[in-house]
Order: sequence, then structure tokens, then C-alpha cells
Amino acid sequence: MKALLIAECRDGKFLDYSYELFGFAAQLGADTTMLLVGKEGELPECGGTVYLADAGRYGEQNPDLHKRLVLAAVERERPDYVVLMHSSYGWDLAPRVAAGLKVAQLSEVVSVADDGFELPCCSQKMRRKAKPVGSPVVLTLQLGAFPAVKPGGVPALQRIDAEGEGKLEFLGYEPPPPKGVDLGRAEVIVSAGRGIGKKENIEAIAALARALGGEVGASRPVVDSGWIEAGHQVGTTGQTVSPKLYVACGISGAIQHLAGMKKSGFIVAVNKDKEAPIGEVADVLVVADVMQFVPALTAKLAK
Amino acid sequence: MKILVCIKQVPDMESRFRPDASGVWYSEIDMAFRVNEYDEFAIEEAVRLKEKLGGEPELTVLSLGPDRVVEGIKKALAMGCDRGIHVQDSSSHLKDPWQVASAIAACARGENYDLIFTGLQSQDRGSAQVGVMLAELLDYPCATTAIGFECGQGTVTVKRELEGGLRAVVRLKTPALVTCQLGLNQPRYPTLPNIMKAKKKEIRAVPVSEMLHEEPRTVMAGFYSPPKKGSGIVLEGDVPDQVDKLIGILKDKTGLLR
Ligand SMILES: Cc1cc2nc3c(=O)[nH]c(=O)nc-3n(C[C@H](O)[C@H](O)[C@H](O)COP(=O)(O)OP(=O)(O)OC[C@H]3O[C@@H](n4cnc5c(N)ncnc54)[C@H](O)[C@@H]3O)c2cc1C
Repeated sequence: MKALLIAECRDGKFLDYSYELFGFAAQLGADTTMLLVGKEGELPECGGTVYLADAGRYGEQNPDLHKRLVLAAVERERPDYVVLMHSSYGWDLAPRVAAGLKVAQLSEVVSVADDGFELPCCSQKMRRKAKPVGSPVVLTLQLGAFPAVKPGGVPALQRIDAEGEGKLEFLGYEPPPPKGVDLGRAEVIVSAGRGIGKKENIEAIAALARALGGEVGASRPVVDSGWIEAGHQVGTTGQTVSPKLYVACGISGAIQHLAGMKKSGFIVAVNKDKEAPIGEVADVLVVADVMQFVPALTAKLAK
Repeated sequence: MKILVCIKQVPDMESRFRPDASGVWYSEIDMAFRVNEYDEFAIEEAVRLKEKLGGEPELTVLSLGPDRVVEGIKKALAMGCDRGIHVQDSSSHLKDPWQVASAIAACARGENYDLIFTGLQSQDRGSAQVGVMLAELLDYPCATTAIGFECGQGTVTVKRELEGGLRAVVRLKTPALVTCQLGLNQPRYPTLPNIMKAKKKEIRAVPVSEMLHEEPRTVMAGFYSPPKKGSGIVLEGDVPDQVDKLIGILKDKTGLLR
């Protein structure tokens, strides 16, 4: 069995989460080759073949050209699997590759099942199993679902090329918005999720944060709705935090939020839904209406 | 200018999900359905563009699914779309992304849409494939994960959100397809007068059998709760009691409270 792993390069740097592709291939027991649109000075630490296309020529954000590079590598390697991360790069590129090959794609694989793959669904509350028809199969992997494995060694480089231009013109990167509050240093973070219901209720969350001597964090919808400034957002596209205590108030526990806070020392979640995925990482799940529980807790702490 | 917005209906994510009789997807019994969150950003962006261009573009909203999805189409019409297409499919939940994209492409082909907006992904299936595959089928340039959108002369500029808050700015020639990410805009609530007006707008029904001639490339094989690894304490009951118990636990386990 053979897997073609599509690694990533961003702003000239090889992205370390690409090593999770090897972790996945090891679970399948597949032989691997890698494709990277990158730079000669930034190569993965692995033996075997690495197809390298020059990012200077093909761009880092030019999915049409990248698709054609992948198709060229597939032509040479005839893999059973083409594997990408379920990242902004992977979910953008994978469907183009699947469409180009006229084959199945499974998105955000979290584990390998006996006769298929497991995928999260319903905002991570549920799982489903899916089986691809035909071959090869294009897969994207949930970030963090498979261990990062660094095979070590020096790759045998093979150049790979594609004709023509892409359909997108890349105008450049923009840095993330300024942080405002440095949640990275807080010992306690009390975070508000959409479950608080409305902007006015932020105050109750802030009051609990003050009572615990901590800062206020937030999930993305709370920021997007303008209930609090962007600097408070925790998650993949916000800040990564690891306080001693994290209190998640009315937050469902989407993977992108968990990615930013699951390393917290002690996690308390307040949620009216006993089945909310946040329960998977919480040390304590308080099943309650957040706007009843939080003020009551704050009042008791003040005594 | 012609614009197409593709939307899907999904259950309220706070619902209790249970397998249906087939065992491969959820039961719809007692489910409340609404427009997929990501698609609301798509509708809003299209309506804003129409408003900005002085109402000139013709805005079509399309949804593939059973009869209930007409409710979603009506919401989009009340938000400002001009007309709807309902691709009738009572077993849309069993179609894979390739089939859904193919059926929509069959509807869109020959219509010469200048712009197509879709959500980045659906909240229930979460595949993030339909928009991109639709673009591939129509041979449109496509940008995903849009958190910024601007329309120029024969081009659009899209700000894509990458990990860590980094953004990539890309330019595409129209016709083009854009998949919309949370935070692209603030979707409006339909007003009562607009809900009334929407009632007069046309919704054309098309049976999926006329649009779809593709076999599935993936087979659904199971639907279940994730294995529980959470070994945390669950506090239920009345609030004062929960408060006392939690304070006790925090004193015990964190050393943050005296
Ligand atoms: C590319 C990408 C990047 C993303 N980046 C981030 C990120 O950095 N950070 C982030 O947070 N999200 C991010 N998201 C969004 C993420 O997928 C979720 O949509 C988001 O985290 C959900 O926020 P939430 O939990 O507050 O809201 P919801 O998912 O709507 O959950 C609300 C929760 O509150 C509970 N609730 C409702 N009412 C009450 C009540 N009265 N009392 C108690 N509980 C109640 C509900 O049961 C539910 O569990 C990203 C998404 C994508 C696609």
C-alpha cells in the first residue's frame, strides 16, 4: 500500500504538523512519498522520495497549480491514498485533487476503522464511518488526531513541474490582528461562548473572571458578533492558552476552540447540554444554564 | 451580473442526535432545522454586493434537499435574494459531496453566473467539499475560507483566513466561486416587510433526478456517538448545590481558592 503525503510550507517555512501525515501512514502500514511546494533549504526530515516544486515558481497560495503538481505526482507514484491535513491549505486543495482524479474524498479523518474511516460530524458531537469507492482515495486528517512522526533521514529529492498559470493571483499575507490582552500569561481564564446569549451578559462572565482573579476569554462567535474585541478570542485563529484554570461558559467545544485551550491545567465547563463535546476535555462539566450558574458562583466566591 | 448562493439546511447543533433507521445518519424526528451558519454569511455577502451595486445583480438562491429546505430558501429571499431554486431530493442526506456538487453544477451550467457564494462547510457533514468541487466542475476559479470580500472590474479580491489568524489575500477573475467563513460579515435578520415581500418571489422546483447522473464515490457506513474518554466529573441538579460542589472541587484540585 502506498500513500502520497502532501506537506505544507507557509511563508517559506516547512510546517511541522505535516509530520502527522507520517503518523497516519504508519497506522495504515503504507509506504510513503511526499510532495512539497516549498524550498530546498526547508525540507522534512525523512528518507524516501520527496517531490519538490519550487514555491518561488508555484506560489504558496496557488491551489490550481498545486492541484496539477499533485496530479503529476499521482501519475508517477500511483498511490492508494493521497493524504493532506484538514488545514486551510488541505481543505482548499483536496477537493480540487479529488475532482481532478474523479475519486472519493473523505474530510477530517480522525481514525482508521476496520472497513473505512471515522469522521466527525454534527459539530463534533457525533462520528460517522465512511467507505471510499474506487482508488486512489483523497483524505484530509484532523489536526492532532494522529501522532506526529519524524522518520528522520535525508530525502531523495525529485523535481516536479506543472505547466501554465493558476487561476488565483496571490497578493500577499496579512498578519493576525493585534492581541490586545495577553491571555497567554493569565492563571485563570473565564471564557464566554455563544451560550451566554447576548452582549449584555459578558459582564457576568467578566465579574466571575474578576472574582477568580483572571482574564476574560471568548469563543469565535462571541467575537464575530461584536460582543467582545478580537483580542480575547481563544482557538486556532485566536490565542493558544494554558492557564491553571479555564472556565468555558456556554461553549460547545468545537475542535478549533479546543485547539486553543485544551492544555489548560484544570477545565470547568458550564453548559446546558450534557452531550456538548466540551465535556470530553472538561475536568468538571456543570450541566446548567450559564446565566443562572455563573452569577450564583460569583456571588458565593465574593462571600 | 448574475449571482448564485448555495445553501443547506442543518439541524440545530444543540439537538440530541440519534441514528435513523438506516443507521448511517441522524434521525430527523423532533429536529428543528435552520440555514447552515456558514451559508448565512454567503447569503449576506451576496445581498450586500447587490445593495452596493445599486440592486442591479440578479440574485438566485439554491438549496438541494427535501421539502423542508424551502423554509431556508424563503429565509434567503427575505434577506434579499430575488428568486429561489429548490432541487428536490428527499434522500439528499445519502448523497456524497461529489453528487451534490454535480447536481448543482447541472443547474448552474448555461446560466452564466458571474459569482457563486457557498458556505465553507456544513455544520452537520463538515466535509468542506461541495463549493470547491462545484467550482472545479464549472471550471471557475475558487477561493475558500473568505473573511473579506471585495468586488472589482471583472475581478474579486478575497481575504482567506489561515491558521493562527494569518490571512492570505488572493485575486480571482470572474466568474468565480467563494466559500464563506464565519466572521465575513454580520448576517441580517429578515424584517417583517421583507418576509412579506419574499412570499411573492418565485421558487422553482426541479427534481434531482433531472440534474444528477453521478454515482456516489463514498458510502456511508455508520453513525454513532464518539467513544467517551472524558473522565471528568459531571455536576447536575440545582444551582446552589452545583456551586458548592464546584467550589469544593476547585479548592481541592487547583490551589487557586483558599
Ligand atoms: C477555520 C476555522 C477556524 C476557527 N477558529 C476558531 C477559534 O479560533 N476559536 C473559536 O472559538 N472558534 C473557532 N472556530 C469556530 C468553531 O468551529 C465554533 O463555531 C465555535 O467555537 C463555536 O463557539 P461556541 O461554542 O461559543 O458556540 P456554539 O457552538 O454555538 O455553542 C454554544 C454552546 O452553548 C450552550 N448553551 C446555549 N445556551 C446555553 C445556556 N443558556 N446555558 C448554558 N449553555 C448554553 C450550547 O449547549 C452549546 O454547547 C473556527 C472555525 C473554523 C471553520
